[in-house]
Amino acid sequence: MSESLIAVAMSGGVDSSTAAGMLHRSGQPIAGFTMQLWNQRRLPELSAEGATGRCCSLDDVYDARAVAQYLGIPYYVLNFEGLFEEQVVKPFIRDYLAGRTPIPCTLCNNHVKFDRFLDVARAVGADRIATGHYARLRVSSETGRYQLLRSVDAAKDQTYFLFGLTQEQLSRSLFPLGEYTKRQVRLLASDLGLPVAEKDDSQEICFVPNGDYAQFIEAYFREQGISLDVAAGEIVTTSGRVIGEHTGVHRFTVGQRKGLGVATGEPLYVIATDTTSRRVVVGRNEELLSPGFRASQFNWVSMSPPAAPLRAQVRIRNKHIPAAATVTPDGEGRVIVRFDEPQRAVTPGQAAVCYDGDLVLGGGWIEQGWIE
Amino acid sequence: MNRYYFDHNATTPVADEVLAALNLVLREAIGNPSSVHQEGQFARHRVEEARHRTASLLGCAPEEIVFTSGGTEANNLALLGAVRASGNLSRHVITTAIEHPAVLNACGRLEREGVLVTYVKAPASGAVDPDDIRREIRPETVLISVMHANNETGALQPVEAIGRLAREMGVLFHVDGVQAAGKAAIDVKQIPADLYSISGHKIYAPKGAGALYVRKGVKLEPLQYGGRHERQRRAGTENVPGVAAMGEAADLARRLLGQEIPRQEGLRDRLERGILDRVRHAAVNAGVAHRIANTTSIRVDGIDGEALVIALDLRGFAVSSGSACSSGAVEPSHVLLAMGLSPEQARSSIRFSLGRQNTAEQVDALIDAVAGCAAHLRRLSPAYSHV
Repeated sequence: MSESLIAVAMSGGVDSSTAAGMLHRSGQPIAGFTMQLWNQRRLPELSAEGATGRCCSLDDVYDARAVAQYLGIPYYVLNFEGLFEEQVVKPFIRDYLAGRTPIPCTLCNNHVKFDRFLDVARAVGADRIATGHYARLRVSSETGRYQLLRSVDAAKDQTYFLFGLTQEQLSRSLFPLGEYTKRQVRLLASDLGLPVAEKDDSQEICFVPNGDYAQFIEAYFREQGISLDVAAGEIVTTSGRVIGEHTGVHRFTVGQRKGLGVATGEPLYVIATDTTSRRVVVGRNEELLSPGFRASQFNWVSMSPPAAPLRAQVRIRNKHIPAAATVTPDGEGRVIVRFDEPQRAVTPGQAAVCYDGDLVLGGGWIEQGWIE
Repeated sequence: MNRYYFDHNATTPVADEVLAALNLVLREAIGNPSSVHQEGQFARHRVEEARHRTASLLGCAPEEIVFTSGGTEANNLALLGAVRASGNLSRHVITTAIEHPAVLNACGRLEREGVLVTYVKAPASGAVDPDDIRREIRPETVLISVMHANNETGALQPVEAIGRLAREMGVLFHVDGVQAAGKAAIDVKQIPADLYSISGHKIYAPKGAGALYVRKGVKLEPLQYGGRHERQRRAGTENVPGVAAMGEAADLARRLLGQEIPRQEGLRDRLERGILDRVRHAAVNAGVAHRIANTTSIRVDGIDGEALVIALDLRGFAVSSGSACSSGAVEPSHVLLAMGLSPEQARSSIRFSLGRQNTAEQVDALIDAVAGCAAHLRRLSPAYSHV
């Protein structure tokens, strides 16, 4: 058994297939693994006809296997369905029901891909794992720490989902795509002759087939035979005026404009949701602006936790352009972020990730409640 | 890297003698066995010769053999065919919780047709108790189906006692003999069985051929419709090469049985001793049962069987754990769960199944690999606490 075996997480998509192809071409011994995370035959009422790129469909496993066969590498499917449901799906649902907007991909990275999968990889004799994430890694010459950096492709960069990794996890991870743009990766895939080179990109939340997370949550509750307390509530303005009714708080997310079902003269946006009073608070776009927030479970991924406030660019959702801010740690895993300029739609449950240029300093989870 | 194959209950390599016979039939038996001309007659001879040889392995008359596409079809034909032909209005079937999916899912189909099915549990010993079967028999019971040897533990089931019981009560008795053929002496008349399934690729023939023994006088409703092949029990032009290869394999199995049973039993015992000596907290599942000679299911507490299978594969050893689901991912064995093992115990179990080409040296190499992988896994085992 080779000491340097690399376990490649292969979803059957272009990115992870290309990562496998690149490592294989460089002559490193690799084995491919597909994590079976969610059974798409569950909640059949959600299955969108002809939908492609649904996670863990038999088609994706077929594609991953075809790539592994093409490369001539050993390939295995790992059954992580139970773990995924406990560590990702249930917290995802709990968050929505508590009025937050969760990021399942980060939970999956923290608890499945870079935890359990790394365990299995080491158990079967691999030293390191590789994934198709768009991110870069380096070892700091000053501190000796592993550091996480943004992908050279700013549009595809996935560091927003990777801030929770530990030094141990980073030291055993490889991101072969980090130095390439998506366009280059597609070209590499064709160049390598991979059978998935022309495949469409996958969607964002892999286990919610049509992107309708509220429908997913309701279907999950029906499957479990638990009645979901989706009592209707009031839609109120920031000044407390009741202007309509809604059919369940979990169907709304901060910043949302469509689907409010109330007609007024000017566009209205969800400013906040309150699960206790079952109220959805709406207001004008300007009212979404926020000077800052508190974040918890903060992980300083590339540096030792700082004692003093520091300046950083802070990203508050995946497609957000990082905004200049002062980040003040409280020494107990929480930080207060104050933006130089107020930012729109700070959403509880989303991650706040701090950057210094390309370097990812760390990240945590946005908490409910305003700071003034 | 050398490869060592220890998964003969999943499938076997094609024996040299079988390959030679297959080659000959593929080249020369060009006709359709139903045709009048001499090419057809030659192909017919090959099929009937195979029928004789298969019948000899099972101890029945050649005309009691129906060729199928494999063990799954044989089991489906037996269960669906016999129950549908029984004509009763309210019908009841008894089987066990440790059967192969080819039996369990055929029973599931019968349930959807309104048939009541009782699934008798197996105790931790791995062998069902005939009295548990006896207690379930009622006036509407038309069929009892019990496997001869379990695919995962190798435990031999008391088919003789159940067969006598069924005969006494006037109930048809089907035996899934897929894992017993070539590994235990079979006499369907002695059992006594009314239906007995075997599969070619478990006895060193290629995939794609199987057979069902149907005792003379037992009525079967066919599963498919077409020409009058196989005495109108299985329509479709005979798979002449597959059937001929299985006949050759059956003949070979019958001749080798006397030497291979003690030889493989010796290797199996050596493997068990070696692993139990060197790996702490390891135990043999159904170790107390009478078992077919080639099989052992070993549980290594605290170790993820799926990881152990992959680690061994990467070192050159083919073994298995649980049963593969449609994607190829592994689920905990329903057999071990039905025997009362916890899901954790089932997930920490590995099946080794030996075959004709395995040697003592290979077994010793396997013991080393298992001990090495288990030690490595155990060093990492704190990481497994959340499994």
